[in-house]
Amino acid sequence: MSRIGWIRLAVLLALVALLEILVRIGSIPYKTMLPPSEMLTALVRLLAAGTATRDIVQTLEPFFATYYAVPFFIFYPVLIAIFDLSLLPIILMGFAFAVIAMCIATINGLDRVPRVLGKVARMHRMREFETAVRMKLPAAAPHLFTGLKLCVAYSFIGVIASEFILAPSGLGHAIAYAYNDFDNRTMYALMLFVMIVVVTLNMLLHGWEQRLLKRWHGR
Amino acid sequence: MDAGASRNGGGRVAAGHHAELRGVTRVYPAVAGYRPVHALGPVDLDLRRGEFFSVVGPSGCGKSTLLEVLAGLQPPSEGKVSFEGKPVHGQVPEGVGVVFQEDASFPWLTVWDNAAFGLRRAGVDSAEIERRVGDALAFMGLKDFQRAYPAQLSGGMRQRVCIARTLVLQPRLILLDEPFGALDAQTRLLMGDEVLRLWRRTGATILLITHALDEAAMLSDRVGVMSARPGRFLDLVETKWPKERDSTIVSEAGFGEVTARLWHHLRGESMKALGQSGAAAAGGRAEA
Repeated sequence: MSRIGWIRLAVLLALVALLEILVRIGSIPYKTMLPPSEMLTALVRLLAAGTATRDIVQTLEPFFATYYAVPFFIFYPVLIAIFDLSLLPIILMGFAFAVIAMCIATINGLDRVPRVLGKVARMHRMREFETAVRMKLPAAAPHLFTGLKLCVAYSFIGVIASEFILAPSGLGHAIAYAYNDFDNRTMYALMLFVMIVVVTLNMLLHGWEQRLLKRWHGR
Repeated sequence: MDAGASRNGGGRVAAGHHAELRGVTRVYPAVAGYRPVHALGPVDLDLRRGEFFSVVGPSGCGKSTLLEVLAGLQPPSEGKVSFEGKPVHGQVPEGVGVVFQEDASFPWLTVWDNAAFGLRRAGVDSAEIERRVGDALAFMGLKDFQRAYPAQLSGGMRQRVCIARTLVLQPRLILLDEPFGALDAQTRLLMGDEVLRLWRRTGATILLITHALDEAAMLSDRVGVMSARPGRFLDLVETKWPKERDSTIVSEAGFGEVTARLWHHLRGESMKALGQSGAAAAGGRAEA
């Protein structure tokens, strides 16, 4: 992140700290607003208890479903304006492309975890977080792999396309540079390289997934 | 009827009671478009320490609800539940193990790791895990399959994995919720023998929920017969079988008498339950 970016972040944190102090010293009545630290604690507590998680997921589900209908490449210039021409906007674009595919796959996977496993977790007196990590996520693993494979593909699209449009370096930038320079050999070589990387990653994930499914289904 | 105060001499002896239900009811609250469902009770139940107690009743009479309330997996709407003199609420008490009807083995773990799951969580040292898991797998006839995954096993073997996983925790009260419901008749008989061996070896108290009268009659010291929903105990049948018994007991003369007595109550209740199912399909919801 650039120096300006760090300054912006510092200003934001200072404002949050100011709010915290104002509530703590009573300038803002406690009944009107909680200090930000207590808001965060309450959120963590709700999520850990699992009572809010389901409601949050249900609320967000329609947004997830329509997420890819939004051409969010239009936000790329905005990200550059905020974070400058650095790696961060490209990483954010890659993340934005991939994250919802993973969220949808995770929700699908968790929905299909047999309910009896929840009872087994309770028999072992496991808390919500431990149940999620040690029981629900492993049980949802086949669906998570589907999400992971999509993630790889989507994040490559996001990163390469962002570099292609506006970046000082990177594979996408090199492909665009070769294209503009009529350097077909370099352009096709780089395109082939990207394809090999993506296909290899997906094949590795596929192999891992197949091994897992063999355990799951015994075939 | 109070299941602890049976006409066959099952009177209350406080010192011997391992788990108790007092005036327990369970009403499932209304959900969108459906009325509340009074699934269970009120019921009283005294489980004697070390006995094999079975509960039979028509479909949807609240048998599984009874087990889950006793296990602490569901709160009672009214009444009190206690295990070893301590109230049960909110979580499954230490010393209680539950085996469910559905396949609850973990498909991502080997048979060995499935069985060791609870011990590893509890931080038991590896030598002790080795000993207890090896012992449980040998006892359940799974020693040769310890490196297999559940998907490579039959339904009966997967259920044995779940029993082994419960067994290694050395529960003092084992709750079995129709664990053989999905198995064929021959396998169920053999599994019944294994459960009897397990019971004798561990000395644990066992509560078995089943819809199979022959299974209940064969395995149990006492059988509680439940009415159609809301489930209440109608009768308590004491089998008086010797402790050293197995599935060959089905050829005993008394076996027919026990099953006949169970069926005497259940026939009418099952007819009622069938009527309830029809009514529920028309306008309400039937809960097991």
